[in-house]
Amino acid sequence: MNKIYLDYSATTPMDKRVLSAMMPYFKDKFGNPSSIHGFGQEAIAGVDKAREQVAEFLNCDPGEVIFTSGATEADNLAIKGVIKALKSDGVKKPHIITSSIEHPAVLEPCRELEKEGVEVTYLPVNSSGVVDVDKFKESIKENTVLVSVMYVNSEVGSIQPIREIGKIINKLNERKLKDWKNAKPAIRGDKPLPVYFHVDATQAVNFLNCDVRRNYVDLLSMSGHKIYGPKGVGVLYVKSGTPIKPLQLGGRQENNLRSGTYNVPGIAGLGRAVELLDEKAVENNNRKIAGLRDMLISGIMENIPDVVLNTDAKNAVPSHANFSFLGVEGESILISLDLEGIAVSTGSACASGKLDPSHVLLAMGIKPEAAHSSVRFSLGKTTTEREIKKTVKVLPPIIKKLREMSPM
Amino acid sequence: MLYSKKVLKHFQNPHNQGVIKDADAVGEAGNLKCGDIMKIYLKIKKQENKKTKKQENVIKDIKFETLGCAAAIAVSSALTDMVKGMTLDEAMGLTKDKIVEELDGLPPIKIHCSMLGLEALRKAISEYKG
Repeated sequence: MNKIYLDYSATTPMDKRVLSAMMPYFKDKFGNPSSIHGFGQEAIAGVDKAREQVAEFLNCDPGEVIFTSGATEADNLAIKGVIKALKSDGVKKPHIITSSIEHPAVLEPCRELEKEGVEVTYLPVNSSGVVDVDKFKESIKENTVLVSVMYVNSEVGSIQPIREIGKIINKLNERKLKDWKNAKPAIRGDKPLPVYFHVDATQAVNFLNCDVRRNYVDLLSMSGHKIYGPKGVGVLYVKSGTPIKPLQLGGRQENNLRSGTYNVPGIAGLGRAVELLDEKAVENNNRKIAGLRDMLISGIMENIPDVVLNTDAKNAVPSHANFSFLGVEGESILISLDLEGIAVSTGSACASGKLDPSHVLLAMGIKPEAAHSSVRFSLGKTTTEREIKKTVKVLPPIIKKLREMSPM
Repeated sequence: MLYSKKVLKHFQNPHNQGVIKDADAVGEAGNLKCGDIMKIYLKIKKQENKKTKKQENVIKDIKFETLGCAAAIAVSSALTDMVKGMTLDEAMGLTKDKIVEELDGLPPIKIHCSMLGLEALRKAISEYKG
């Protein structure tokens, strides 16, 4: 059976050019980049090259690129690291603004910080899964120090207005500073703290402009394995001057922000994967993937009754199509498709070991029963027309069979 | 998370799936909000126990309808196979462990699904007994 992979949002197959870039660093150039001798120098050259590749992609300085074990660590470091630094600078009651549709790698650190007395606002989203900019503006408070909003949601693919939010923060920071400078010395007080902006760009890197200057971003997380690179490696971009403290202590690697021996093959692979995302390649992939995604959407909508498309295709990356097959439980669809060799994912609670279905779909105002019926198809650069046609053919009888079993 | 071959077999070709129109008892468990609903239909017949010569209520036919995950469907299928021909008292004594064993195991997070099937069965039996 020819297997069909439609779960690129979970992870991607490695590009063979990425693998070639990694190979020397497993055995031949095995040195520890922190060693001063020749073996170490060979290895640090690989790390430095990747750092430049990432810096080029993000339009930042190589020194602002921190290699981590993945986007989860990058998110944790960004949020907890910034709050830790600000608290040690004497900020008593910091306020974070984030969204209700973030990845758990952002939500969980925020919840933990709440227990430690940090204030957190979770912004609502509209029915397309997009953060409301006006609600964001209203939620800014005197003590707001950090805003963390994802670039693209992993479940429905919705694109967040990152640049708009970044601009608002930038203006606010400029105004605060100006007011402070213009205030009379007697009432001026301490220099105001700017608001820092963190973006989890994990799901965006393949498709969208991640220029940190253009988007007014102070911290940005990304991962290797979502961009046809290796697992176990990621990046946190930290704009020079941003207050941040390490969470992991040790050998003082990465400006002492992330101790631990460098994952040299992983870092080299991530660098190459990012390098492959040049403007032309991105444009070509986006066009091809969007075409296949639209074919999948119309194929499903035309051949299966009572289906709701949860992805607002006009406002999403080209890879995603999330549907609710009403009256059918998502995990049973997933298993049925898997038995046919087709891999997808679901927002049903039954697939996650929790009681509640996807927090993202619920935040979009989708009813729990429809969220339990959700299936996410995510396409990638190696998806073919044949695969989409096969999926559109295989799915209708599966839905029909499962509906016939239901008491509803 | 891995399903056993037996679970997948029951899921792909469930036994006793459907409706008994003139059922003697019906039991339903679960709700839409939690994503799983199971409905059990029973046809019950009085029959003499050959050893004790006493009249007993025996499950002559059983059907199920399930909206739920693969495990919920497999549990419904296995459970209906297991209780067919049992007396109501015997069926009441069926445990989740026995169903899990019959299916060559279930992923731990899926065990609650089997409880819903049992709950629907027990509701149907209790309804019949009144």
